[in-house]
Amino acid sequence: MGVRGVTVPAPSKVVIQAVSMRFPTDGPPTEVLTSIDLDVKDGEFVCILGPSGCGKSTLLNIVGGFLKATSGNVLIDGQPVTGPDPRRIFVFQERGVFPWLTVEGNVAFGLFRLSTAERAERIAHYVKLVGLSGFENAYPQELSGGMKQRLEVARALAVNPDVLFLDEPFGALDSITRLVMRSELLRIRRAEKKTILFVTHDIDESVQLADRVVVMSTRPAAIRRIVDIEMPHPRDLSSPRYIELRDLLLEEIGLAHKI
Amino acid sequence: MPTRSDVERFLLPLGTAALAVLVWALAVRFSHTNVFPSPLAVLLGLQELLGKGVLGHYVGDSLRRVATGYFLALALGIPAGLALGWHPALASAFNPIIQMARPISPLAWMPLAILWFGVSEAAPGFLIFLGAFFPIVVASMNGVRSVPSMYLQAGRNFGLSTPRLLARVVFPAALPQILVGLRIALGIAWIVVVAAEMIAVDSGLGYLIIDSRNAGKRYDLVVAGMLLIGVIGLALDLLARRLELLRTVRWGFQRESA
Repeated sequence: MGVRGVTVPAPSKVVIQAVSMRFPTDGPPTEVLTSIDLDVKDGEFVCILGPSGCGKSTLLNIVGGFLKATSGNVLIDGQPVTGPDPRRIFVFQERGVFPWLTVEGNVAFGLFRLSTAERAERIAHYVKLVGLSGFENAYPQELSGGMKQRLEVARALAVNPDVLFLDEPFGALDSITRLVMRSELLRIRRAEKKTILFVTHDIDESVQLADRVVVMSTRPAAIRRIVDIEMPHPRDLSSPRYIELRDLLLEEIGLAHKI
Repeated sequence: MPTRSDVERFLLPLGTAALAVLVWALAVRFSHTNVFPSPLAVLLGLQELLGKGVLGHYVGDSLRRVATGYFLALALGIPAGLALGWHPALASAFNPIIQMARPISPLAWMPLAILWFGVSEAAPGFLIFLGAFFPIVVASMNGVRSVPSMYLQAGRNFGLSTPRLLARVVFPAALPQILVGLRIALGIAWIVVVAAEMIAVDSGLGYLIIDSRNAGKRYDLVVAGMLLIGVIGLALDLLARRLELLRTVRWGFQRESA
């Protein structure tokens, strides 16, 4: 537990109770997740960190309502999750934007229930928030990878969800763009308080972004450890504490410190 | 100075075509053949047809028949393909029939078409419909099937009902593939109309060819008709290709720039 002094604990937003997942195969079913328990507070930024293919994306898909767990429950605001819901938006890698719609069209995608005026207002606000002003009428193929990722985030935020699920969102970007996108995400998060579940296999990414890092084991995935990252933002990437936490996670994942 | 791209785009193909006509002319002249007309004879034949004032009618009739059969195929084929692509059970049920009916040349239906529709506009229209329908259905079906699951998941996430999902995600995502099917179907329709007009009706470019042979062995007019068919077919294909440049589908035809 982090050193936070006495604060009123925030209410739980997402509660994962004994979630297990087995996929049927020709032989014995493949066990992907074993008995995952996790409590995410309202407004919290939680990174789920694990090796590629460990099942962390499966967990996110279950929490998002796109997959049904073999056993266990997911509660959001105390209600069991039965399917996808516009109050909780899933953000993929930048390939998730719709190539047949402009920037504006993509941001407007989930706003079909709003009046024209409200819609225009939301579009303008979120296009500006993610720094795509001037590109309203551009198509995704005319944008860089980082811009497409911003667009997908804007599309998600425009419907004003409580929870964002991000599945390795910056995985396909180059390392410089990735760094920029991380600080952008933190900036956006300061502007729009959201509960965020962020799946990554990048240790640095998790230490830079998260309030807590959930370290997963290899398949079948279980939670190995939950590490509080109690550093305030902006985080100094060369501070002893940052390096200490990064090394702790490296060790937890089971990687050597030297190459 | 023409640039390299000008040379490749215009001079090279035009030069080659001119050379081919020259070879054609010389071959006819020096072989003294009487089974193939010379370019000049074909040109004079074309002029004769224009003078008679039937050419415009014939081209118009052929195009009208293609339009009728083709748009009927489009109107029925796209919804059918979308339904088959969306419902795997429907595809399992109908795909074997479609795959078996597909390789049957529309011309094989000719006797039945004449039996059902007589010598009328409907017979060639029906054959063109058959020729265009299957490529449109199959392209639409495959287009829907290959929509990335990520798009469907995103659509569902934003709370779209199934009809909305089909209209706002599945159809636009499949549209580039559907357009490819439409282009192939248009090419087939143009091939089928010529053949159908040789048998089922008494106007159009197909009729022109068969009539030129039957009424006087005018092979200059036969070749003139063939050339016209080629030029119009090319124009139709270029027209269909232009659809691929629409901004909402262009993503499906280009390599993504990073």
